[in-house]
Order: sequence, then structure tokens, then C-alpha cells
Amino acid sequence: MSGTFHRRDDDPMVRVEALCKRYSPQFSVQDVAFEVPDGTVTALIGPSGSGKSTILRMLNGLERMDSGRILLDGIPLDHAARNLDQVRAECGMVFQQFNLFAHLTVIDNLCLAPTIVRRRPRAEVEPEARELLRKVGLAGKEFRFPAQLSGGEQQRVAIARALCMRPKVLLFDEPTSALDPEKISEVLDVIRALAREGMTMLIVTHEMGFAREVAHQVCFLDQGKLVEVGAPEQLFGAPREERTRVFLARVL
Amino acid sequence: MTEQLAQFAEILRFLLPAVPATIQITLASFLLALFLGIGVGLLRIQKQPLLRGAGRLWVDCLRGVPLLVIIFFVYFGLGKVLHLPQFVAGVLAIGLCYSAYIGESVRAGIEAIPQGQWEAARSLGMSWPQTMRHVVLPQAFRIVIPPLMNEFISCLKDSSLVSVVGLRELTRAGRDYASAKFVDFQTWFVVGLLYLAMTLALTRLSSLLERRLRIPGRETHS
Repeated sequence: MSGTFHRRDDDPMVRVEALCKRYSPQFSVQDVAFEVPDGTVTALIGPSGSGKSTILRMLNGLERMDSGRILLDGIPLDHAARNLDQVRAECGMVFQQFNLFAHLTVIDNLCLAPTIVRRRPRAEVEPEARELLRKVGLAGKEFRFPAQLSGGEQQRVAIARALCMRPKVLLFDEPTSALDPEKISEVLDVIRALAREGMTMLIVTHEMGFAREVAHQVCFLDQGKLVEVGAPEQLFGAPREERTRVFLARVL
Repeated sequence: MTEQLAQFAEILRFLLPAVPATIQITLASFLLALFLGIGVGLLRIQKQPLLRGAGRLWVDCLRGVPLLVIIFFVYFGLGKVLHLPQFVAGVLAIGLCYSAYIGESVRAGIEAIPQGQWEAARSLGMSWPQTMRHVVLPQAFRIVIPPLMNEFISCLKDSSLVSVVGLRELTRAGRDYASAKFVDFQTWFVVGLLYLAMTLALTRLSSLLERRLRIPGRETHS
């Protein structure tokens, strides 16, 4: 990376400071701050419209912030700068609607960005891509097209595609919300395995059981504000804030 | 009967040498229109208002003027100053006119690609041009084949208009023959048949291309 900034080992992988998005009444974010230590999983939960997806999208510049600071691996994300593409390359994203490249086979979906963004030779990327597909349980589907796969399979390809860039952080935006109930677990299993391997991840999710099980830290958001941050046992077991309690009572 | 066949054969013998000129004019002007049209389409989707406005102006002006008028303008207007040969003037006029239509088709094709495709590519660190080239345009191209083929066929037919500036292509040859031999019905019938043969060939090519480029799993179900 750029070389001018270096995260010290004890610095968090992701640091969000005083993050604001004001001029959007629907998706406002007000003065949000938190940190994600290297190798840990943070779950963002809260009612719809609470700003959790907006925060995730601001982390890789798909949404502009009005003010505040985001540091990814010690590198400030700043929209005026040309480092946006660079930062994005280090920060994989998995979308609710999968967003696989419809005109490319599974293997080409994985190999495209590493070859053109990282400029790695295809011969070097492809074995790695095959290995990732095996890891997400999709060996043998290399030459299928996205439209020939089930939703769960498409989402696992999307995860493998993000991993193929060797990112330092993975962002998940409601990764199971568009899936049939019986397909949800196959995607959660993959995320669970990544958590065990020490992948740094931020996950926006409505799967409370999963958040509780896999996350090291849970952020509860409501109406654009970060209401409560805590370890899952504390936040789910003994929430400090009344709003957290009301929300959890509704969804659990 | 044999007399009539002999007459048709003679007309055909007279007209066929003009067919290559029609094909050349069509191909040259369509290629020019495609090249300009992709540029115009890309201008039309820019965030920068000045660039977008330029694309819009290009489309509005060229689409709003009859092709015949553009041909006269380029050949008699510009041609007088720049000494353009008939072929160049004809191709330039048709190419300019069709770039407006093709530009709009290209824009529609690009806009039909879901936002999620952009976001996925950008989130992987791909730049705008990389996303355009590797993700958006390959998918947009497939969407744009049918309208593009429509424009190709129109372009072929409209190449007959350049006969007015004396370019010897199929329609001009038909006029020469009909006025020399006073056989309008048969001559124009054969001219029509020759155009029809070419457009039908293009239609076949279009469906072939569509089938070849169809994305597996995306077949239309009836």
C-alpha cells in the first residue's frame, strides 16, 4: 500500500471516528465511532433504517460520508484522494443481492479483479481461485454461470470472489437476507469458518443467533445512532440501554 | 415468359456491379456511427453536466434533422470548402446521423445494467474505466444487439439517399437503367429485391449473433 501510513500491530484494523451522514433523512448516520481489532468479527444489528448498511457502505466508499474519519488498516479513507480504489482492493464486500458478474463464469468472476487490479498473472490466480471454490464447497462449478446457480451457491461464489483479492477486511451487507431459509446455513457455515481462521469481518445481519455466536463485538444502532456496543453475551444477555432491550424483545 | 426472364437477367447484370458500392457505403458509415455512437453514449451517462450536455446536444441536433438535409449540408456545404469526394461526404453524413441513434441505444444498454454490478466491481478495487470495459460494456453489448441491428438495417436502406449526390450505388444504378430503358416497374422491382436480400441476410446474422452471445442460464422461457 501507499507506505506513508502504517498501522501498528496494536492498532485496530478498522477505526471509525465521529462518522456522520446528515443530508439523507432516511439513511442518516450521526456521530458513530467504533473500532474493529484485527482478526475479530463485529456484527452490526438494529431495525431497518438504523443506518447499519449505510455505515458498511461508507467503509469502502460506496456511500459518501459528510464528516468524520474512517481508517482501514491505518489508512485514512478520504474521498478526495485517489486511494479509494486502493483501499477498496484491501476491503472485500459481500452484498445482499450477490452481484456476481452475470456474463462471466464462476472462475472468471473470481479471477477478474486479481488479474486487472492486482495485475497478477492468471496462471497464478486460477489455482488459488479453485482452492477458494473448494473451500466454500463449490468445487466442480468453475464453469457455471451465475444464473445457473442457486442463491446460496451464488453468495458463496461472491464470498470466494471477495477472498480472491486477499483482503484485510471483509464486509457483509445482510448476506443471507435474499436467501431461501434452507440456503441460509450453507452461507453462514462459510462465514463461521472464516471467523475461525481469524478473518477480520464486519457483518450487518438480522440473524441474531448467528451474530451472538460468531461475533466478538456487537454494535446496536437505532435511527442513525450507535446506541450500544458490547460483547455478545453482555449485549444480548444484559443490555444496558432501554432501546436495545426493546429491540431485542421484538426480534428474539 | 423467356423474354421477361431475359429482361430481368439483363437488369440484374446491370445492377449487380453497383451492389458492392452500397455495401461499402453501409459498412463504412455504420462503423463510423458505431465508433462515434459509443462515445456519445458514454458522454450521455457522465456525471459532469458539461460532458453530458455535449452528448445531449449531439443527439438532439443530428436526430432532429432529416438525413437528406445532412447529406446536402455535408456534400454541398462542407464539401465545397473541404473538397470532400462523394464517397467520403456520403459516409460522413450517414455516419454522423446514425451516431445519434446508436448513442442513444448504447446509453440505454449501459443504463440497463443493474447498479449492483457497478458496486461489486468498484468494491473489488476496479476503476471506472476497468468496470466499464470488463463488466458493464460486455453485458450492455448483448442488450444492444437487437436495436443495433435495427440501425444497421436502416443504415443499409438509407445508403440509397446518397444517390442524390451522384454516388454510384444500387439506387443510382436503378435510376440510370430505368431512365435509359424506360422500364420502371421491372427495374425498381429488382432493386427492391436486391435490398431485401441484403437486409434478410443481416437479420439472419443478428439472430446468429444473439444466440452465440447468450449468457447460459439466462435463456428466455416462453
